[in-house]
Amino acid sequence: MNDLIEILLLCFLLCSFLLTCSSRLLHCIKLVAVQGILLGLLPLVLSDVGNSGPGLGILFLSIINVVIKGAVLPYLLIRTMHQAQVRRELEPMVGYALSSLLALLLIGGAFWFSRQLDGTGPVASRLAAPVAFSTILIGLFLIISRRKALTQVLGFLTFENGIALFGVGMMLEHGAIIELGILLDVFVLVFVMGIAVFQISREFQHIDADRLNSLRDCPKESAAE
Amino acid sequence: MKTSFFIWLGGLILSLVLCPLLPGVVNKVKAQMVGSQGASIWQLYYDLFKLFRKGSVYSHTSTWILPLAPLVSLAAMLIGMLFIPFAFTDSPFACQGDVVLFFYLLGLGRMLSVLAALDTGSSFAGMGASREMQFSTLTEIGIFCIVAFLVLMTGHFSLSGLLNGFGTSAWSFSAAAMLLVAVAFFIVLLSENCRVPFDDPDTHLELTMIHEAMILDYGGPDLGLIHYAAALKLWLFASIWVLILLPADVFRGLLGLLVYLAAQLLVGVLLGVTESVTARFRFLKVPQILLSVPSLSLIAIILLLVFK
Repeated sequence: MNDLIEILLLCFLLCSFLLTCSSRLLHCIKLVAVQGILLGLLPLVLSDVGNSGPGLGILFLSIINVVIKGAVLPYLLIRTMHQAQVRRELEPMVGYALSSLLALLLIGGAFWFSRQLDGTGPVASRLAAPVAFSTILIGLFLIISRRKALTQVLGFLTFENGIALFGVGMMLEHGAIIELGILLDVFVLVFVMGIAVFQISREFQHIDADRLNSLRDCPKESAAE
Repeated sequence: MKTSFFIWLGGLILSLVLCPLLPGVVNKVKAQMVGSQGASIWQLYYDLFKLFRKGSVYSHTSTWILPLAPLVSLAAMLIGMLFIPFAFTDSPFACQGDVVLFFYLLGLGRMLSVLAALDTGSSFAGMGASREMQFSTLTEIGIFCIVAFLVLMTGHFSLSGLLNGFGTSAWSFSAAAMLLVAVAFFIVLLSENCRVPFDDPDTHLELTMIHEAMILDYGGPDLGLIHYAAALKLWLFASIWVLILLPADVFRGLLGLLVYLAAQLLVGVLLGVTESVTARFRFLKVPQILLSVPSLSLIAIILLLVFK
């Protein structure tokens, strides 16, 4: 059973790695969805190690997780993508080959960092902490290195997946309640961002978030007057 | 010791004889996947027989490099294959560091064929040569990252030790890392042998060809040598992949030889299926995919270091 956890965690890591090198938004959304589903499955696999079977709470959490992260959020994102009429991230701040190399560095750093932590208490797998840290770092990296608002939302989701994975992997107590709270936050965020992205794209014909910097309270011409 | 040598020799000779079968299998599977009859799996044998009976025609602008290149690339490959541990038995020629020698012998063959392509003066051949060098440079990084992983895992530094040095325990010990390396080497296999996502061996449009564009000026026995060398290269890379995938301690003796040959045919079928379901990548996309090979194997190395 231990191997199954590691393979799931590895798929999780690969999804976050692939996110840094794929330009097609639909593809990225699907990767994040797969990550969410893997995250939902993990508690089920973990509970088999300790107890006789998954409890009702864990089962409920899994189902909620898979439904929201694997179906509802991707649906919302894909709808937003169609509304904003963007298909791919064309000019990221950092190119795709360089991004994947940087992601590799981040993964290496995360593994090094989690080695420095002293492992007291129950840990699901030795891979759990490093994979969680890598995903968190890659999510942050996506947020700062991409222009499109939609990709930044995806980066945030990846970031959140990493945090949730850390919670699951470290077997935190009351993890489920916190997890549900975060899930609600993320759901609201994606919902709001979906509307925001749509509005931005309708006003400006693009969703490049870095150009929002040029918005000021008063335009330069009127300030000069 | 004696029997294992004969098994190895059997593997070597069967490889030399059977390697034109592998592209045949791939093409047959591809044809079946699209619902057509397809050429016989023995087609490459017929082609080789036909080509070796012909005479050669060389362009007036070309020099002695043109006829030399196919000979050298085949010879380099024949020397290189002596180090491969066929059928899970250690090669009698195994020595420290022969893995580097093996890959650079292939590199020597490639260098000569690139020079010959430039020698013809044809613009298409030059374009093919440029692409071939660009992609193979990127692939080389990946190959040596994979070799680094195998060296770290087995502690050996010869091709026989690398590929036979781990048993079933490797899979239970670090299944995740092994899977990554298997995927990485499969990408190397596809790109080094000009298979579909990177290059289309069946294309007849010079602008999109890589390997085929380099050999446009060849005919007759030279072309036969090139086709045979390409089939042998595919067979050797498939062998290495099979030997990475399958643990060496289970299959011994004659059983090993049979399993090895069956696995080679399965790789042919797998290649055919892969080529049928994937489309060719754009040229701009290829380096990105090739860079994923070192990434995958470096992640595998990190995993290995964590679990050690």
